[in-house]
Amino acid sequence: MAQHAEDSYYVPHGSKWPIVGSLGMITMLASAASWMNGSPVAQWTFWLGMAILIFMMFGWFGTVIRESEAGMYNAQVDNSFRLGMTWFIFSEVMFFAVFFGTLFYVRALVVPWLGGEGSGAATNETLWQGYVPTWPTNGPGNIGGEFKTIPAFGIPFLNTLILLSSGLTITLAHHALKKENRNLLVLWLAATVLLGFIFLGFQVFEYYEAYTELGLTLGSGIYGATFFMLTGFHGMHVTLGAIMLTVILFRCIKGHFKPNHHFAFEAVAWYWHFVDVVWLGLFIFVYAL
Amino acid sequence: MTTEAIHEDLNEAHDDHDHGDHKPTGFLDRWLFTTNHKDIGTLYLVFSLTMFMIGGAMAMIIRAELFMPGLQLVEPDFFNQMTTMHALIMVFGAVMPAWVGFANWLVPMMIGAPDMALPRMNNWSFWILPFAFTMLLSTLFMDSGGPAAGWTLYPPLVLQTGSSFAFVVFAVHMMGVSSIMGSINIIATIFNMRAPGMRLLRMPMFVWTWLITAFLLIAVMPVLAGAVTMLLTDHFFSTNFFNAAGGGDPVMFQHIFWFFGHPEVYIMILPAFGVVSEILPTFSRKPLFGYGSMVYATATIAFLSFIVWAHHMFTVGMPLQAELFFMYATMLISVPTGVKVFNWVATMWQGSMTFETPMLFAIGFVVLFTIGGLSGLMLAITAADFQYHDTYFVVAHFHYVLVPGAVFALMAATYYWLPKFTGNMYSEKWGKIHFWSSAIFVNVLFFPQHYLGLAGMPRRIPDYSPQFADFNMISSIGGFAFGATQLIFVGIVWHCAFRSKVRATPEVWEGSRGLEWTLDSPPAYHSFNTPPEVTCNALSRAD
Repeated sequence: MAQHAEDSYYVPHGSKWPIVGSLGMITMLASAASWMNGSPVAQWTFWLGMAILIFMMFGWFGTVIRESEAGMYNAQVDNSFRLGMTWFIFSEVMFFAVFFGTLFYVRALVVPWLGGEGSGAATNETLWQGYVPTWPTNGPGNIGGEFKTIPAFGIPFLNTLILLSSGLTITLAHHALKKENRNLLVLWLAATVLLGFIFLGFQVFEYYEAYTELGLTLGSGIYGATFFMLTGFHGMHVTLGAIMLTVILFRCIKGHFKPNHHFAFEAVAWYWHFVDVVWLGLFIFVYAL
Repeated sequence: MTTEAIHEDLNEAHDDHDHGDHKPTGFLDRWLFTTNHKDIGTLYLVFSLTMFMIGGAMAMIIRAELFMPGLQLVEPDFFNQMTTMHALIMVFGAVMPAWVGFANWLVPMMIGAPDMALPRMNNWSFWILPFAFTMLLSTLFMDSGGPAAGWTLYPPLVLQTGSSFAFVVFAVHMMGVSSIMGSINIIATIFNMRAPGMRLLRMPMFVWTWLITAFLLIAVMPVLAGAVTMLLTDHFFSTNFFNAAGGGDPVMFQHIFWFFGHPEVYIMILPAFGVVSEILPTFSRKPLFGYGSMVYATATIAFLSFIVWAHHMFTVGMPLQAELFFMYATMLISVPTGVKVFNWVATMWQGSMTFETPMLFAIGFVVLFTIGGLSGLMLAITAADFQYHDTYFVVAHFHYVLVPGAVFALMAATYYWLPKFTGNMYSEKWGKIHFWSSAIFVNVLFFPQHYLGLAGMPRRIPDYSPQFADFNMISSIGGFAFGATQLIFVGIVWHCAFRSKVRATPEVWEGSRGLEWTLDSPPAYHSFNTPPEVTCNALSRAD
């Protein structure tokens, strides 16, 4: 079979997982929309939809993992997966680019304009007289009330060190996998998972402090909006990455992956480095500057 | 050995693991669980035709209301829902899925592959769409009605949308997920599944234009997702992205939206360029003139599409430097586009031309798309745009590039490849009737709108001043006739698929070249089970 896989194309059989995924997605999103409109039932069907999506992922990834472990995938399939993951990460880069772009546009243009710079003199004079542009700001309307920001060189700096170390530990795990040192692989991968969850724990603590002590909320004008959307979407991606890391940790313990055939491991590692790089951007532009 | 025989042979070799190379027999297996690029392509095309009819019906309501001055048929709010939904349906439901459908059918056959690179994901990219559009259309039946703020969803107006708002946002998210997955698949297929010898610069132009389109899609659909997400949080979760009192800016939404929106218009037109570059050589019996320059021109257009977005918002009060930059950058696009039009004309120059229906639509495309391009140049002039902005001149411009542009190219592609897909010839007589009535009525429909716009008639209004009455009546008559003409198209496609007795040869057309024409009509369920060797330029467009 293995030698056959090398010399012809691989085309998978039909699959019921995509339609299950679509049903889960529509259930979840239509419920989310109804929930936002105040429907009492929708908050339950929302979780049902999410459960269907998770069920789909278990089923779909399970099928792929079984097929991969059975040696059905040749180098061409492996390369298709690599291209797929690469371009998926590119789409994620563009998603974060929107929110970073928003932050830059607001800080470089909108806030100075509201303060009367450039062509904003009339706006400032007639609508927001006396508004002095600063950063952080919740706007000339003082929307959301007074707030304090989170200092960069506290938990955020610690979190930077944690994520950078996790980038190192996953690389060490990768080297161990290539050298077929299973114990070391599991050890470094477990360390990566642990660091990921510690990072998330700190983020949760930071959000809790922001809401309870600093007065910094999603409604704190444009600062609160950019701060929570950027760090929030990053946090969701770290959560997803940490779950992915946990999955491959269990797969490593089960004995999956070979030194020359471990796409899933590499895909997760790429993803993890991606959330790492996004965090560096966040640390510099959201916390430090 | 025929393709059929190769196909059977490989089935036997594969029987020991369940590849399922046989065409599935059950209805659900065939259409719902499918991983086959041809079946998924068919699903996309049928879906798109359905949406084309729904969006077209909305356009009929718009033209009926505008037939005469005054309010006759619909409430103003419903009129605004129609303009908004017509655009969303046509852009995301009709034109884009139609191109993905053609890409599904054609890219594997053109590059010598058995199927798409990621066949299961291919299924999912399609099967998200019917759910997304059911949700979008369902908003018309909610208490608040559908979205009515225009397809560009500008705040603060769009934030006044009632209960349908969140449904619209999530429908847009789903369309984005579908487009991104479809594009990833197309890029992976083109980079990874080409037959030996199918070098990048030997690929058919349709494959090239789709490669670049897919890149644009992956780059900008997440931007749209981000933009509508910010609308959602502004509406429901007290953020202030687009509220000046909180330090935000409603104009910022326009910047983000058009950073998506301008590449989006090339997403709809680049595959059309590819199709026309396939059809003109066939019926001119000459190779495409300037293949290399076509590829580079397409890439240049794609690059420029990222740095021209603010020409959609010249009148919002941008700094002068920005107005000038976006004006000059926009005008630059006419250079690579001019290269393309020149190459198409040069391809036909001294060719032994025949005028079958696909060729008629392709020539119609070159002429009428160029009219749309020229009115685009007028709009690009910042100072002049202050007069044209938000008038029917804009409506005329983008309908010229989208209807006798993208939609004509879709029609051309349908007539050109439908015999390959179905194995039957369509009715040439009815095809020609369809072309000539489309070509005449599309001009009756949209050309007077230039004059309306120059005279100052604003877009997106159900009522107008009486001096605009004559041109509006002409435009509406053209609209009804153009709409009715498209029913002929549905009939022709149905006849070709199910009733036609005339069998198509593998080549179908006398001058056709490329790998898809080496396969039977209709081709085997999996196009190429072993890679064909592409050794000479005879099978490609480049020479």
